[in-house]
Amino acid sequence: MIIATNVTKKFGKLTALNNVSVTCNRGQSISLIGPNGSGKTTFIKCLLGMVVPDSGFITFNQQNISHDWQYRQHIGYMPQTGRYPENMTIAQIFDMMKDIRKKTNPVLDEELVNLFELENISSKRMRTLSGGTRQKVSAALAFLFSPDVLILDEPTAGLDPVATEILKEKIRKEKAKGKLLFITSHILSDLEDIITEVIYMQDGDLRFHKSLAQLQEDTGEMRLSKAIAQVMQKRPS
Amino acid sequence: MKKIIKYVLLDLLRNKIVLAYTVLLLVISFSVFNLEDNPSKGVLSLLNIILIIVPLVSIVFSTIYVYNATEFIELLVAQPLKRVSLWLSIYAGLSLALCFAFFVGAAIPILLYAPFESGGVMVMMGLLITLIFVAIALLASVLTRDKAKGIGISIMLWFYFTLIFDGIVLFLLFQFMDYPMEKPMLIVSALNPIDLARVLILLKLDISALMGATSAVFKDFFGSYWGMSLAISILLLWAFIPLWLSLRRFNRRDL
Repeated sequence: MIIATNVTKKFGKLTALNNVSVTCNRGQSISLIGPNGSGKTTFIKCLLGMVVPDSGFITFNQQNISHDWQYRQHIGYMPQTGRYPENMTIAQIFDMMKDIRKKTNPVLDEELVNLFELENISSKRMRTLSGGTRQKVSAALAFLFSPDVLILDEPTAGLDPVATEILKEKIRKEKAKGKLLFITSHILSDLEDIITEVIYMQDGDLRFHKSLAQLQEDTGEMRLSKAIAQVMQKRPS
Repeated sequence: MKKIIKYVLLDLLRNKIVLAYTVLLLVISFSVFNLEDNPSKGVLSLLNIILIIVPLVSIVFSTIYVYNATEFIELLVAQPLKRVSLWLSIYAGLSLALCFAFFVGAAIPILLYAPFESGGVMVMMGLLITLIFVAIALLASVLTRDKAKGIGISIMLWFYFTLIFDGIVLFLLFQFMDYPMEKPMLIVSALNPIDLARVLILLKLDISALMGATSAVFKDFFGSYWGMSLAISILLLWAFIPLWLSLRRFNRRDL
């Protein structure tokens, strides 16, 4: 579904992505794991067309994304730090997004809006929201248009335990529908029972892309956190 | 695209600055016309105020607006939208709001008190200057990520177009006093939209005769139908080229 070929991106001297090639198919739940600054978010932003790669290309359903924009109707994106127009209220943000996407995504999935009880605070302005509430808004927006691909950048960071459980339950539900999921997280225990594949990145390089079972077999560890810890120690940075 | 323009306009309406700008222009226009008994003189006094205030407000406000809309832009580029239409919508929204402010604040009083050719030309020039300086502001804000730097660039550009450029022209005129400078001055005036607008308005006022030989050449050239259309095309280019450059840059920008 998504194929990245030799994607390279440099920010000045820093190589954020170095010849990254990935193939992702429908039904997979892929976790992007790597130390801070390893290029995970840059890779995600390349998928969304927010960052333009210096070389290499990415295709979505066999279509090069570099001059396309319609493919984004299939993507729900939850950014790492949700940044929203400060003087709009929650309700206005949702209305705007619905208005913009109603032609391409007429079916709405408001489950998270309801579970997070966002209606009760819908008249609050974005600038008054706490970090956790912003995360809830981001999550609700990502799932709102029931897209085929969900890209979640640190979804559980800043959420309280109840909200984390709600979100994880929702992710599991969407996974059961056969959607393609990308998740980055440092809280590996959150990922354990959701993901099927692991992409490990370090310093802009894609170190490996394996199924979870394969990783467990290779490292001899059943728990993801231990398996990754072992991988990280083996490759001193 | 229409939808994004709508949201940009809604956001601008919530922002009280556009309203304050409209009121400021209204106060200035009415007081100038009420102080002068001759509407032609009123147009002349208003000309100098407007050619300073309109570019300044257009460029500084637009630059700050674009920087403050970073979140809005970030949110929308991840949606199924073309970057080109997002950027053009921001331009259209800003221009519409500021042109509307100019129209209510300055054009209506001008057309009320001075409903003749010079007034009409002045309204048109005000609108064109707004379009030009919003485009320049977009270019300035896409050049750098640093807000302070971006606003600095805009203020410097405004300074250049209203003061420094005229200084350079005066300097050149004095240096080449012994040569016929009328024709070169025509070309030089096209290099600054504010000067071009000023010349076009002054030519419609009777006092242009006071400006000497240069004015005669200017009147000959810009007075004709061709000259006027050419001048307006040059002004439109002044809006189009910065907008196009900013668009190209925005299209390749990382967010």
